[in-house]
Amino acid sequence: MTELSIEATSLVKTFGETRALRGVDLTVRQGTVHAVLGPNGAGKTTAVRILATLLRPDSGSARVNGFDVLRQPGKVRETVGLTGQFASVDEDLTGTQNLVMIGQLLDLPKKEAKARAAELLAWFDLTEAAGKVAKTYSGGMRRRLDLAASLVGRPAMIFLDEPTTGLDPAKREDMWDVVRRLISDGSTVLLTTQYLEEADALADEITVIDHGQVIANDTPNGLKHKIGGQRLAVRPADLAREEDLRDILASISPRTPDSNGRGTLTIPVDSDAVLPGVLARLHAAGIVTEEFSLHLPSLDEVFFTLTGTRSGSDSQQPVSGNTAEVAA
Amino acid sequence: MTAVTLDARIAGVRPRRSPQVRLLHNSLVLAKRSLIKLTRTPEQFIDVTLQPIIFLLLFYYVFGGALGGGSGETRHEYLEYLLPGLLAQTIAMSSISIGQNMNEDIAKGVFDRFKSLPIGRAVPLLGAVFAEFFRYLTVCVITIGFGYILGFRIETNFLALLAAVGLTICFALSFAWVSLWIGLKMRTAGSVQGVMMLLVLPLSFASGAFVQASTMPGWLQAFVKVNPISQIVDAARGLLVGGPVGSYVGWTFAWIGGLLLVFFPLAMRAYIRRT
Repeated sequence: MTELSIEATSLVKTFGETRALRGVDLTVRQGTVHAVLGPNGAGKTTAVRILATLLRPDSGSARVNGFDVLRQPGKVRETVGLTGQFASVDEDLTGTQNLVMIGQLLDLPKKEAKARAAELLAWFDLTEAAGKVAKTYSGGMRRRLDLAASLVGRPAMIFLDEPTTGLDPAKREDMWDVVRRLISDGSTVLLTTQYLEEADALADEITVIDHGQVIANDTPNGLKHKIGGQRLAVRPADLAREEDLRDILASISPRTPDSNGRGTLTIPVDSDAVLPGVLARLHAAGIVTEEFSLHLPSLDEVFFTLTGTRSGSDSQQPVSGNTAEVAA
Repeated sequence: MTAVTLDARIAGVRPRRSPQVRLLHNSLVLAKRSLIKLTRTPEQFIDVTLQPIIFLLLFYYVFGGALGGGSGETRHEYLEYLLPGLLAQTIAMSSISIGQNMNEDIAKGVFDRFKSLPIGRAVPLLGAVFAEFFRYLTVCVITIGFGYILGFRIETNFLALLAAVGLTICFALSFAWVSLWIGLKMRTAGSVQGVMMLLVLPLSFASGAFVQASTMPGWLQAFVKVNPISQIVDAARGLLVGGPVGSYVGWTFAWIGGLLLVFFPLAMRAYIRRT
């Protein structure tokens, strides 16, 4: 049996009236990427902060790398690296100063701390900016410096709390590459995200949480199977043709198309094999489209499918763009 | 991304030294961080450089005549009396900024980083206090140095001067924990300054810093007697211009110990609770 990097049982955490976690179980196998997917306010960050020993749970227990977060927090801290939702670097320090400081706090001799800083800066493509104050860094550079800071101590377990929130799509893909390279080196990664695409692109296993509770736990394929894989979205140029379009879409799937109220109809499809048929029928019916795209369900659609209710939180839609490409 | 390979061997952290040595070393590492931040905003040195000079000039020329009796000779006598008092007031006021800075600093993500590292929990606070040493030393050097230009003379010896400076800085370092605690409790940096001013002004004026306590009403004299600022001022006065020292130094140390005993745990608790 594979060893477990994280074993958390029935984690509960309440902040005043807010029940951030109401009994969350989480198991992460060593050497894998595990994604915790959920909207804002679902409890993702609270869970990560408990596992990284920044918060104490009200009840429940958790072991990280074999150490109990409540009884051996010091041991846990020696084996984890945390990259928070907001870049946790010192803006008044340069890139090098930030990393050397962490190295020295981890009791590396100054020479080694400097060497490790230089190595990480080079790896994250920050060598040119190494002597500049972090305040002057772009958002993407700050995230990379932040991630570098959490790798100084060569942690066995890396927590990435929403590593790409707020980054533009190109920078997100860069970040994904970084995560993929980390796991190829044998680290275990727990990442939180609001994007199914991101979890799908990176994770071996996905835990979906909402309102402080786990509502699904599966592999990306298993989860997609549950929620019906991809969505086909079509919008006619002439909005009056919506009903005709609805009939065409309904004919390719046993499910009914969902309207967004602004002319776009969406229907779950099992594969892209249906696309040529749909296009042919649209052509035959003389319906010109303004949008014709295949994408993974948005977080909102995932929740709708899993729980039957829209998630109440202000979940963000995935950044639009070449979503079909990512899904393929 | 470049093709540089990263040595990502999972090793975790293996501390080389004993926990006590690491605590001290880590605090010095973070003190260095605070000092780097200070040098990036040199205006943070105004309260320890310009402020003592301006206060010394104001008290010397505005009050010196009246309080010293009117002649130039007595104005000089007042300077001897004033300088140790002003030193204590300025250093107490300069301890306000550590609470203000912590209040702003703690909201930044880097404190999450510190909390996730295998370092002593007191390290970030100790580091901030250690860095203050240099600001307090600046206060002493500027106040005594500028006092010299005005005509102040040390009547004792060099060792006594060192003792006065050392004692004053020790007192300020313990008083800094009050400021830290308030800084961690208040919601905004502005309110930290407000509360600290309310504390520092009565403490420094209702003391023997600027005028003899014997001119004050009886109830106020009782307060002046136990006021820690009175103790540190009288101790520094004795060490700089001569006179009795012993009991004042003893009381100053008692206050230093008392402040640390109460406000170190309070600040630590406020720090741990503030997430």
